[in-house]
Amino acid sequence: MAELTYRQAVAAGIAQEMARDPNVVLIGEDVGAAGGVFKLTEGLLDTFGPERVRDTPISEQAIVGAAMGAAMTGLRPIAELMFSDFFAVAWDMVANQIAKTRYMTDGQVSLPLVLRTANGAGLRFGAQHSQSVENWAMSIPGLKVVAPSTPADVVGLMAAAIRDPDPVVFCEHKALFAVKGEVPDGEHVVPLGQAAVLREGSDVTIVALAAMVPRALAAAERLAADHGISAEVIDLRCLVPLDAKTILASVEKTSRLFTIEENPRLCGWGAEIVSLIADDGFYSLDAPIVRITTPHIPLPSAATLEDLAVPSVERIVATIQRRLEEAK
Amino acid sequence: MATTASRIKRETRLRMYRTMVDCRLFETRAQELFFEGLVRGTTHLGIGQEAVAAGVAAAMRDDDYTFCTYRGHNHTLARGVPMGPIFAELFGRATGLMGGKGGSMHLTSVTHGAMGSYAIVGAHLPIALGAAWSAQYRKSGQVAVCFFGDGTTNIGAFHEALNMAAVWKAPVVFVCENNQYMEYTAIRDVTAVEHPAADRAAAYGLESILVDGNDVEAVHRVAAVAIDAARAGAGPALIEAVTYRHGGHSRADPGKYRPDDEVAAWKARDPLPAYRKRLLAEGIAEAELDALDGAARDAVAAAETEARAGPEPDAAVLETQVWTDGGSAWRN
Repeated sequence: MAELTYRQAVAAGIAQEMARDPNVVLIGEDVGAAGGVFKLTEGLLDTFGPERVRDTPISEQAIVGAAMGAAMTGLRPIAELMFSDFFAVAWDMVANQIAKTRYMTDGQVSLPLVLRTANGAGLRFGAQHSQSVENWAMSIPGLKVVAPSTPADVVGLMAAAIRDPDPVVFCEHKALFAVKGEVPDGEHVVPLGQAAVLREGSDVTIVALAAMVPRALAAAERLAADHGISAEVIDLRCLVPLDAKTILASVEKTSRLFTIEENPRLCGWGAEIVSLIADDGFYSLDAPIVRITTPHIPLPSAATLEDLAVPSVERIVATIQRRLEEAK
Repeated sequence: MATTASRIKRETRLRMYRTMVDCRLFETRAQELFFEGLVRGTTHLGIGQEAVAAGVAAAMRDDDYTFCTYRGHNHTLARGVPMGPIFAELFGRATGLMGGKGGSMHLTSVTHGAMGSYAIVGAHLPIALGAAWSAQYRKSGQVAVCFFGDGTTNIGAFHEALNMAAVWKAPVVFVCENNQYMEYTAIRDVTAVEHPAADRAAAYGLESILVDGNDVEAVHRVAAVAIDAARAGAGPALIEAVTYRHGGHSRADPGKYRPDDEVAAWKARDPLPAYRKRLLAEGIAEAELDALDGAARDAVAAAETEARAGPEPDAAVLETQVWTDGGSAWRN
């Protein structure tokens, strides 16, 4: 086991796959000589050379479109969008072209590509550089969506995303870049579509994603210590494919579900989880399902306001404790 | 207008003539069948513009890539994609080129190098660049050719793709088919320069190439030079082929926004009879051209019959081929 930061794990995951498969290439703004604005791709240019690690102009449509054209013709490109907010600039390529082409051509084309992006709040960058946009991608048929919370999962899910024959949107969370964690030695692959039960519990199920996972775990500790509430914490890891079975099994055990979402309220991924439980797990429930989300607002810049907006450990603890009291 | 005097091989000339006849007869029949209600949805015809697809395709290697637009019947046919499955796709049949899932605007046949018809203006320029980058990386010697209309020159993806292709020296040839109307509006009324593609070439360090898009041999010559240069590693090219669509933008649009005398003048410059006349004048026997015409007529008729006989898509295919495993599952 080696201890890596989440940031180092991004480069390590890419390097593992580039070493394994010469068709894996990386493009994006500042990904080469600069090693990425967040230093997520540091060292890759030196190791793999300028043919495989290419800097691009600030041209998101061309970056994503070029990745698609390369994927159609034998490569396994990784394209970096520096901030997930920039997906909006290239959304035609993502939503109309990449997501639909396999279906429209009745399977003539496969698009084994990864769109990596720095997602989420925590760095006080304001409304256009802090959004959580996983649900944008989740709503489009034809895209897989991954959002790891630990360095080990960054490596393992990156490997699975790159090896996957279909397009994957890979959300790397800015607030987690400095987090350290153990990463298994040797080749590490975590299959897409498998949630991780990070803490077992019997009173409530908490489902979280990316930066909300460590907060959910911290909240679970406090709920146990301060309130005697036993919380099970599930890290979804992937939104598409979605590990519905793990969530359903947990809710069957605990009969209560809370989702912790960084996205603004409407149409966040948690709404789909709620729908899933309403359809397939309703009779397991003892109490209303509760979504804990960012309010339905653009994200503010000031640290005080951003911290108020995004679900905090305190808000998670207080909400779960209060809702369980109400249900008594 | 670019011209060179070199003689084009007889075999190539006859191939280009046959392609143009195939395109003309196929699209003429497709339009009739649209009005009959057999072709549903929409069609965007390239009648009058066939010389561009035919001239460029004849300069391509079999394993080169074509990317085209929703007005893409001609470019798809020019790569040798059979007419029957194209008609069947237009009819929405199971035997369609994409099983009925794509339609007229998305014709694709990867085995023929016809890498798709793209219906969002400008989208396929970056995608073609990506295919060219892939060919460059794989050292396959393939070239990507990307056809688009004049309207595309005013959208951002055009400029992003041209710049990145030039910087990367990607083997991609961009062919602007300037039919002079973006949809219902004259391109000159909404564009800052006279030649919407050629006048922009300098911005990307590329040669300004303007060619008579109704002269199939002129198109072929400039395309051959550009494709050969791209294959040799000289980087991309941007060709503007000036032409005219005889009909409207799509479906039942009669194109009334265009002056009658302008339409008449361009119809008098119809590329197909002009080429026939030229081939006859240069010694090709009329019987030989008649035989090609007849073969094209027979092919269109046979394709229509084949397509009409095709079954409707089975409900079972509705949720297939979202993923490479053949399915569309989003949960376990």
